[in-house]
Amino acid sequence: MAYILQGETGDWEIVIGLEVHAQVISNSKLFSGAATAFGAEPNTQVSFVDAGFPGMLPVINEICVEQAVRTGLGLKAKINLTSVFARKNYFYADLPQGYQISQFDLPIVGEGELILDLADGSTRTVGIERLHLEQDAGKSIHDMHPSKSFIDLNRSGVALMEIVSKPDLRSPEEAGLYLTKLRSILRYLGTCDGNMQEGSMRCDANVSVRPVGSTELRTRCEIKNVNSIRYVQQAIEFEARRHIDVYESGGTIAQETRLFDSVKTETRSMRSKEQAHDYRYFPDPDLLPLVIAQDFVDGIKSGLPELPDAKKTRFMAEYGLNAYDAGVLVAERISADFFETVAKGRDAKIACNWVMGDFFASLNATGKTMEDPPVTAADLGALIDLIKDGTLSGRLAKDVFALMVETGKAPAVIVEEKGMKQVTDTGAIEAAVDAAIAANPDKVAQVKEGKTALLGWFTGQVMKATQGKANPAMVNEMLSKKIVG
Amino acid sequence: MTNLTNLTMAEARDKLAKGEFTAVELTAAHIKAVEAKRGLNAFITETPDLALAEAKESDLRRQAGKAGSMDGLPIGIKDLFCTKGVQTTAASHILEGFKPQYESTVSGKLKSAGAISLGKLNLDEFAMGSSNQTSYFGAVENPWKKKSDPKAKLVPGGSSGGSAAAVAARMVMAATGTDTGGSIRQPAAFCGITGIKPTYGRCSRWGVVAFASSLDQAGPMARTVRDCAIMLGSMAGFDPKDSTSVDMAVPDFEKSLTGDIRGLKVGIPKEYRPDGLSDEVAKVWDRGIEWLKAAGATPVEISLPHTKYALATYYIIAPAECSSNLARYDGLRFGLRVPGKTLDDMYRKTRAEGFGAEVRRRILIGTYVLSAGYYDAYYAKAQKVRRLIAEDFRKAFESVDVILTPTAPSAAFGQGEGTDDPVTMWLNDVFTIPTSMAGLPGLSLPAGLSSDGLPLGLQLIGRPFDEETVFKVAGVMEAAADFTAKPEGV
Repeated sequence: MAYILQGETGDWEIVIGLEVHAQVISNSKLFSGAATAFGAEPNTQVSFVDAGFPGMLPVINEICVEQAVRTGLGLKAKINLTSVFARKNYFYADLPQGYQISQFDLPIVGEGELILDLADGSTRTVGIERLHLEQDAGKSIHDMHPSKSFIDLNRSGVALMEIVSKPDLRSPEEAGLYLTKLRSILRYLGTCDGNMQEGSMRCDANVSVRPVGSTELRTRCEIKNVNSIRYVQQAIEFEARRHIDVYESGGTIAQETRLFDSVKTETRSMRSKEQAHDYRYFPDPDLLPLVIAQDFVDGIKSGLPELPDAKKTRFMAEYGLNAYDAGVLVAERISADFFETVAKGRDAKIACNWVMGDFFASLNATGKTMEDPPVTAADLGALIDLIKDGTLSGRLAKDVFALMVETGKAPAVIVEEKGMKQVTDTGAIEAAVDAAIAANPDKVAQVKEGKTALLGWFTGQVMKATQGKANPAMVNEMLSKKIVG
Repeated sequence: MTNLTNLTMAEARDKLAKGEFTAVELTAAHIKAVEAKRGLNAFITETPDLALAEAKESDLRRQAGKAGSMDGLPIGIKDLFCTKGVQTTAASHILEGFKPQYESTVSGKLKSAGAISLGKLNLDEFAMGSSNQTSYFGAVENPWKKKSDPKAKLVPGGSSGGSAAAVAARMVMAATGTDTGGSIRQPAAFCGITGIKPTYGRCSRWGVVAFASSLDQAGPMARTVRDCAIMLGSMAGFDPKDSTSVDMAVPDFEKSLTGDIRGLKVGIPKEYRPDGLSDEVAKVWDRGIEWLKAAGATPVEISLPHTKYALATYYIIAPAECSSNLARYDGLRFGLRVPGKTLDDMYRKTRAEGFGAEVRRRILIGTYVLSAGYYDAYYAKAQKVRRLIAEDFRKAFESVDVILTPTAPSAAFGQGEGTDDPVTMWLNDVFTIPTSMAGLPGLSLPAGLSSDGLPLGLQLIGRPFDEETVFKVAGVMEAAADFTAKPEGV
């Protein structure tokens, strides 16, 4: 379903391209040996290279190259065996060298694609324009002193991947799905932790609008450094509306860079095209062109994990899951693995229902994460086994699960301790059935007159009398035989 | 003891080994010479106490049988090399007082070889200049004098002018230089000494204040070819900290001085004999060709057709890189800071006060040629021409083993001459720049005196990483030239 914004003059569609800065998972920086851990004391993870001291030279960190190639492969992209680092020159207090080492003409990764999983279960392919490696800048802190700014260079030189999409996205929702999916892939690959709060994944959105049916690309505005998926969506929505208002009142949109104010939910001009920096890109003479061997790429390729799209397809084929369930389960590798552990050797649909239902609910209820789940996959599997072998009824199983969440104990232990075993002894069940029939002659008569729906009420009475432990199937069968005959 | 300062490094090395004198004695004699010749302004920072302490250690090492290849030999370090705990200025106000907490790879290797540094030598500011008159710490004077006007102060060439003057004046036995477009070779020629810019990538640039990264290369400056060979052996080598340094074994350069150049082909590029080349320079060049013939080599006329574009190309590429390399001098973390009302104001004031006119001129040119709309017309085109220049040399070296040219178009000139026209000043490097653009090794050695009594140099250019052939031919020429003239007062 196309996302259409209605204006006074007609219908409009949004054209969105996203630039994501993803911090590369690596122990040391892109061009220096300094550490990269988040949250360290200011200026404790800085080498002379990162601080731009005289005579210091950059040396490429091979791990970062490997991570970029891995990410490129994960995005089904063209890997450029020769790429070039260029200097992007500008002055700022947290940019010690006076330039950022980035890639310009020849990025390490070229065109690729990313598949969006839409809410209706269908998919849509979005083009990736490029991925390049670059250095992060330091951080300016303006609120520590009345007249001075403080600079923390811990981030200076940390490796970033800038991942640029083609202008293929058409709605804030799609932008959100794109970011979610990209983050999922990066996490599967182990190339970026995708943590937007800590700034290890940041997004710039390029937004323009055009009348529905038109194929032109109108002037875009770039909204810089938005740090949550929800804010990206809000920023796009606001910006698109602003463009439509400007066009419909006869104005023109000027190309500019804007900032998103998450408190006021609006974008504001940061600098116009005329004020834009002239970055004077040129190949960094301190670094030779980066040449990688096809073998190096092939080695990374052979070690790639199964990625979300492939996993989803497999879950649908192998386990018979629907697209939605499969999509939810594969979004994070850890939940997909959890599901597969539960489903192994068991009925996959039952496993899926338990994981998607009670288990995910227990995550929300307890506030725990997949890394430290309230119930392990092995225990959940054991619980399903107890249903299968008749030890527990479905209803009893839900009670046991609640106790598992509460106590962390294995289901068999709980069943044993609480005596929650399902009763399958015919004599015991028959006694309870007979008692229920004897106590309710009027209802027995109604059933015999044809109100068979009342049989369910009898089942409830028997289950109540046995504290839920009677095997419901046996109860139903016996009631039906005794009353209906 | 004054005769100690007249020894070559090879001689001093052997005499130290024989115990004829100690490193302390040798160092003390040179410290005295440094004090006596202070008027030349060759040093920015003298470190006599450190030097004597190091000399004592050197003598102890020798006693213990652990002497290195340059142990106990007093040298000077161009003040472009970062030296741990010793002020490093690049001859700029903007770095005045900067004491690095690290040692450049090259100066560190020389230290490891046992060489003793007497201090930091003057240069053109950020190595930008050909006469050592752009230094914030004052011009360097050439120890040589014109016969016609012995009172006139002459320039030592640049940018390694302090290095050349100190070696020529016997203040140090040798010195490090750096060469971006001729900064080792032209001052070596002006001061009557020998200097080699090795192949780009031979010596690490780590810890050397950058001017133009794709051209900068460190090299030795000394009084003989052999001394340069000894010293280059201690400076060169792969450094994983410099991505442009080349992982190749360093040969024993001294061994290449066999004296036998029979059968070698020596290229004589016709483009290096432009109209208006001074007769004296042309004569020295012709004499050089005769020496090589006499030693059994064959001169071959060659063509390097893109030579005429080299200077213009250089003055696009070098400033472009410098405009970016010098952005880090922003008053924030080290060196000079002139306070301002805003960050931009502080930048402007600091850089306006901290950089001299020539440095500012090159930053402006470099910023311009990299700007949007001009990049293709200047920088991108210059890179293409640079490849053509390198290709000229590659083709020439298919038929010759080494190339012989003059080093500079003239002998040393007077202080104050040519400073009002930067382009005239830039012409000093017209014969050295093409070699730099192609990344090739180039050596200058003294080949004779002008009619006015000033040294004139010849340049030998070799194939990439073939410094050995260059040294071999230079050794033969040195013997033939028998250059025994010395500057005044030595």
